[in-house]
Amino acid sequence: MRAFAYASPRSLDEAIALLDGAGDGHAGGTRLLAGGTDLLTLMQADLIAPERLVDIKRLAELDDRIEDGAEGLTIGALATLAELEEDPFVQSRYPILAEAAGLAATPQLRNMATLGGNLLQRPRCWYFRDSRVHCWLKGGDLCYARGGENQHHALFDVSPCVAVHPSDPAVALLALDARVRLRGPSGEREISLGSFFAPPEDGRRKETTQADNEVIVAVRIPPRHADARGVYLKAMERKAWAFALVSVAAVLRLEAGRIAEVSVALGGVAPAPWHARDAEQVLVGAESSADLFARAADAALTGAGALAKNGYKLPLAKALLRRALADLTGQPVD
Amino acid sequence: MAANGFQPVTLTVNGSDYPIMVEPRRTLVDALRHDLALTGTKKVCAMGDCGACTVIVDGRAMYSCLLLAVDCAGRAITTIEGLAHGNNLSPLQEAFVASDGFQCGFCTSGQIMSLHALLQAHPHPSDEEIARAVTGNICRCGAYANIVKAGREAAEAMARQQEA
Repeated sequence: MRAFAYASPRSLDEAIALLDGAGDGHAGGTRLLAGGTDLLTLMQADLIAPERLVDIKRLAELDDRIEDGAEGLTIGALATLAELEEDPFVQSRYPILAEAAGLAATPQLRNMATLGGNLLQRPRCWYFRDSRVHCWLKGGDLCYARGGENQHHALFDVSPCVAVHPSDPAVALLALDARVRLRGPSGEREISLGSFFAPPEDGRRKETTQADNEVIVAVRIPPRHADARGVYLKAMERKAWAFALVSVAAVLRLEAGRIAEVSVALGGVAPAPWHARDAEQVLVGAESSADLFARAADAALTGAGALAKNGYKLPLAKALLRRALADLTGQPVD
Repeated sequence: MAANGFQPVTLTVNGSDYPIMVEPRRTLVDALRHDLALTGTKKVCAMGDCGACTVIVDGRAMYSCLLLAVDCAGRAITTIEGLAHGNNLSPLQEAFVASDGFQCGFCTSGQIMSLHALLQAHPHPSDEEIARAVTGNICRCGAYANIVKAGREAAEAMARQQEA
């Protein structure tokens, strides 16, 4: 790991001022340090070489509180995945989020990794993670996964990059219509998770729309009907300590046998967590049945296409979604 | 603001304070091994993939390869050296010997620290909880079955101790 300076500012504004004009920390620049589980691996692999790390764990303005209130559930950016997984209120009211946090990484990483950092982690694509490969996402000309080893890669071709977003909680939070509170030099703004994430594009080769001098302060889940239920299902190559091949988060409320509201998000299929609006349109207002779920699963993958080596993800995603919907509506899994 | 170069930090490891000078890039595992000569904590991947470097920080198992030493000031760190009392191994260490919970031994201190953290927080774990506690510790010899058995036997031994 290359040498860097370590700063412990006394206020969040001071930390943000250090970010101002410092670039994105790829070569030189400043990066924020919270849990460090992704940042230090990027630095160990020499993918980034910031000149300065700014410790934000001890700032009074940032916290790890998980609080329910009139505005819904607010989760401080410093809450660890372990705290999310173990929080009794999250377990009882948002089991989908506790499940997603608990299925991520390992106990040690969950004890270290913060929710803010989890949303900001970079993809696991082996070309991206190899410092010898100057891929498009790192400022190069080519995405080597497109014509290469792409068995873990995206089904939705929405960016020059076909890496998939690695977060589990992000998929559950997208299905929960979560919002991200960001603080920058001119104050705070709150945006939907759906607009916080965006497939990388020319001029913004990263997975979020967060400005380089903004800090995630909190994530908020707006209040929802008490009868809504959610589930997070994750397909992995092994039973633990693996990133999702495909994951499904679904939140659904039944009213007199009909689906009154539904939200579906997919992980492992795109460079950003994927909001499956087409599936929601098929489902909402309809009476639950295996046939309906099959049509919703087909709709969820509208526009998806396999690369040479990831075709297995199409039936996998559909099967996971059918299973999630059956689970939430008490239908038998066919 | 901190400048490049060395800076002072006091690490609190196994109840003792160790004032040292480190570069900010010094990871906790390197500080433990090289600055404190506590070589029971092993460094293998240095990327948070294998778990060999697991230590307990403020009661939680963590990868010491992904923590900066400068970031650990004021935090209570427990390493494998902190478990035995003199020549008396802890019940968990005894259980690893009795259950044949290791072969080459390189992952062992990490496995033990993960299970120690579990048993401190949940003295009566289920088999599933024991297996889950070591999902972040890879054993390339494949001693997993006996590692979980050691966790089970340690939990039982600790329960017996409590009754006595």
